Amino acid sequence: MHELSIVLSIIDEIGDESEARGLHNVEVVHLKVGIFSGVDRGALLFAWELACEGTPLERSRLDIETVPLVIYCSVCRQNRTPPSLYRLCCPECKTPSETVVTGRELEVVSLEVAA
Amino acid sequence: MSTRIVEIRAKVMKQNDLLAHLLRERFKTSGVSVVGLVSSPGSGKTAFLEKLLSGLARDFRVAALVGDLATENDAARLKRATPNVRQITTGTICHLDAQMIEKALEGWQLDALDFLFIENVGNLVCPSSYDLGEELRFVLLSATEGEDKPLKYPTIFNSSDVAIITKMDMAEAAEFDVAAARRNIEDVRPGMQIFEVSAKTGSGMQDVFQFLRDQLAHSLETRPALQIETAQ
Repeated sequence: MHELSIVLSIIDEIGDESEARGLHNVEVVHLKVGIFSGVDRGALLFAWELACEGTPLERSRLDIETVPLVIYCSVCRQNRTPPSLYRLCCPECKTPSETVVTGRELEVVSLEVAA
Repeated sequence: MSTRIVEIRAKVMKQNDLLAHLLRERFKTSGVSVVGLVSSPGSGKTAFLEKLLSGLARDFRVAALVGDLATENDAARLKRATPNVRQITTGTICHLDAQMIEKALEGWQLDALDFLFIENVGNLVCPSSYDLGEELRFVLLSATEGEDKPLKYPTIFNSSDVAIITKMDMAEAAEFDVAAARRNIEDVRPGMQIFEVSAKTGSGMQDVFQFLRDQLAHSLETRPALQIETAQ
């Protein structure tokens, strides 16, 4: 489980941003997590609770948007959703694809801050 | 109380990715080919690495960093092949990150090396998120594990460049279906190069050595020009 390390990076990042922009009272942290990022949503939420204790983010909530896996099919020349995470091929023409378009994201998108 | 939304758009791994990028540039400029090894615990990473080091040490200058939660056993074992081995003990951390690599390299003359191998902590999940600045990532799968390992851990297999099937000397006894394993690897990472080896008997190792020699030749060709002031 490396989600605790990841959460600590997120908390650091938000700390830096909050200081730079003079933000207080962060209520919600919006995070984008690709389904192919190797990071587990449940473990992130669990780690969030633990890691935020005693920090300015103590009462904040982590909101996670899951980004699906999309590959590019060079035969159909289109972005496609593969049949599964372990079968990276075009669902239409079955051509294998090594081009991952989305699904690897791990990004802090925005913060909701008390006005 | 009302709230307002503040856009951030920051990659969570940006600190690690930035450092990994700098390491990759440093490796390139130094002309050292850097290969990361990932696998589950017990799949034969250290035995494979021992063979790589001793096989390549005849013609090349080789070094290795090995990551484990605890003990220096692997480093001691690998030092039989080359003195250039350093252990990274991570404590409770289940993966290596770029900062650990940077720290472990302190004092090493990179341009005096041809190959540097980085053996990650045995884990098929966490290391996939951390770029270490390596040129290539090898993922190992042993013949004594299930053929469907690639399907169960698609992220790490997809994020690797080469697959090594180890312990092939035990394939028959373990009733390992190598064709199925190859199919599964191809499903999660289409086009990935696959080698079948046995560190014990040495079978298949020559192909890996040749692949690495070609890789080194390629990276030296594309090496950024050194900024040497030439007298007019």
